[in-house]
Amino acid sequence: MEITLTHYLTVAAILFTIGIFGIFLNRKNVIIILMSVELMLLAVNINLVAFSHFLGDMVGQVFAMFVLTVAAAEAAIGLAILVVYFRNRGSIAVEDINMMNG
Amino acid sequence: MIVQAIAFWIFAIVAVISGILVVANRNPVYSVLFLILTFFNAAGLFVLMGAEFLAMMLVVVYVGAVAVLFLFVVMMLDINFVALRQGFVRYLPIGAIVGVILIAELIFIFGGWVAPKIDSGVLAAPTPALEQASNTQALGQLLYTQYFYLFQAAGMILLVAMIGAIVLTHRERVGVRRQRIATQLERTRDSVEIKNVPTGSGV
Repeated sequence: MEITLTHYLTVAAILFTIGIFGIFLNRKNVIIILMSVELMLLAVNINLVAFSHFLGDMVGQVFAMFVLTVAAAEAAIGLAILVVYFRNRGSIAVEDINMMNG
Repeated sequence: MIVQAIAFWIFAIVAVISGILVVANRNPVYSVLFLILTFFNAAGLFVLMGAEFLAMMLVVVYVGAVAVLFLFVVMMLDINFVALRQGFVRYLPIGAIVGVILIAELIFIFGGWVAPKIDSGVLAAPTPALEQASNTQALGQLLYTQYFYLFQAAGMILLVAMIGAIVLTHRERVGVRRQRIATQLERTRDSVEIKNVPTGSGV
């Protein structure tokens, strides 16, 4: 059977939904939320590469590379903030992060 | 062709299952390991689509750097993960509702969508034939010419992220004995006293 663009898009959609589901499910654990964000960015990358392949246009892969770069930077900064926060408060529960709510 | 289809199904199914296990796992260390498995299978999908360079990037950058960074943070912070699991069941229905609605919408869109026939003249950068340039070559030729400024900007983003992470997590410890080279160098001869201890009598 032929693997079409729709197959890849469906896999990406399922992964994206799992990412959103993970954010809802683990409302207290920032690390899992960050991992869910990584899953969603991965789904976006699969979409970009799938379109790039099936339309025969290289630009999708270039864009996926930039998404990869930004995702790596985001993970590094997010985890650094997490480490600093844990050092100050001794906890990473999301509902404790309300010092700046005015 | 059939091998390609089998490979697609294996990679897709393993990626989805390990994705589910990332968010549903009790232990965040296992979550990170399943995240690594998801990335590996996504890299397999990329290879199937002919994006070898991105697949290798995914393995090197994500599995080699980002996932290991996650693993470090999970293992180095002393966190009570059991307390963080509370509310899991409470948020399950709303999460499931949102998830099901989203996936239904996306599948309706993709199911009803027909790929348009695109004239190759309108493509921004048509993929060259494999005899002309490999995937890595084609990507490099595009990245270092047409998208050079964006490439530089991506490098700047990484630099800012690196410096930001160092600035955020660096701390000056007080009360730690460390080598002070300037103090050592400005010591003179008479700052050291030599005592003549007679043999056999002790100090």
